[in-house]
Amino acid sequence: MKFDLIITISLKEGMLNPEAGAIQRAIAHLGYTTDQVKTSDQFRITLDAEDKEKAEDIGRDICERLLANPVIHRYDIEVL
Amino acid sequence: MRAAVIQFGGSNCDRDVAYVVSEVCGADCDLIWYKDGITREYDAIILPGGFSYGDYLRAGAIAARTPIMADVIRAAEKGTLVLGICNGAQIAAESGLVPGVFTINAYPKFICEPACLRVENTTSPFTRLYNEGEVISIPIAHKEGRYIIPDPDLQRLEAEKRVAFRFCDRNGNVSDAANPNGSTGNITGLLSEKENVLVMMPHPERASEEILGSTDGKKIFDSMIAYTEES
Repeated sequence: MKFDLIITISLKEGMLNPEAGAIQRAIAHLGYTTDQVKTSDQFRITLDAEDKEKAEDIGRDICERLLANPVIHRYDIEVL
Repeated sequence: MRAAVIQFGGSNCDRDVAYVVSEVCGADCDLIWYKDGITREYDAIILPGGFSYGDYLRAGAIAARTPIMADVIRAAEKGTLVLGICNGAQIAAESGLVPGVFTINAYPKFICEPACLRVENTTSPFTRLYNEGEVISIPIAHKEGRYIIPDPDLQRLEAEKRVAFRFCDRNGNVSDAANPNGSTGNITGLLSEKENVLVMMPHPERASEEILGSTDGKKIFDSMIAYTEES
């Protein structure tokens, strides 16, 4: 069966995110005050798997071995 | 010493470092395209600077998963010297050859300037020709050079004296003001457990000839050659 995995990679809590800081300052230039800005990378991966659970297992393996660096990242997987 | 410089798609300091190793320091040096693999024994393997795979995903992340890196890891396990410079340092960290990760600078712009470094380790095959506490000048050129290492690993790194170089000022003071990219503990050069892998963000190949303004980086290559000749 074909599954679409929506994988989101984001920095762990407490990690300095200079990109988010720059974006937050740019939002301030638009005249808005924000409490917080976070950024993340999203990947949509289509693959074949026996079932939803297997698809998620593959997604987890891809995250741990490539898409995320466990020193600084966390990941979320949504299987469609 | 016979060294190999690995060329990935997007490496751009490969010929510079090969020139310094062979023409300036007088060692043998092969350039190896990553798809060709490592097919013979080398005394040293150098992962050069550049922008492998356009820094897609994270700097060094894609190159770290190429099959030739399995060859490099196997060689490192057998004691071959491995030197990762700039993008090569990022690749080595992504490969697990050293702990931690190099990520985007605290102030997120590309920095290209001379940097003062304090030599912290003088026992490794890469640093034996320096004096402890010596202040050297080697250029940096990176946007993703902020070294991050979580606490238990950091304590171990420090306890085992595996920090090779720290950013400092001209007088050797290690401070936030002398830390151009926000690296943990001003660390910008570190060694593996067995001290046969050195990764560093500064470019020693750009500080190996008088005409370039500094020869402080040449001692790294000379140290490697001296170590190889002794062993």
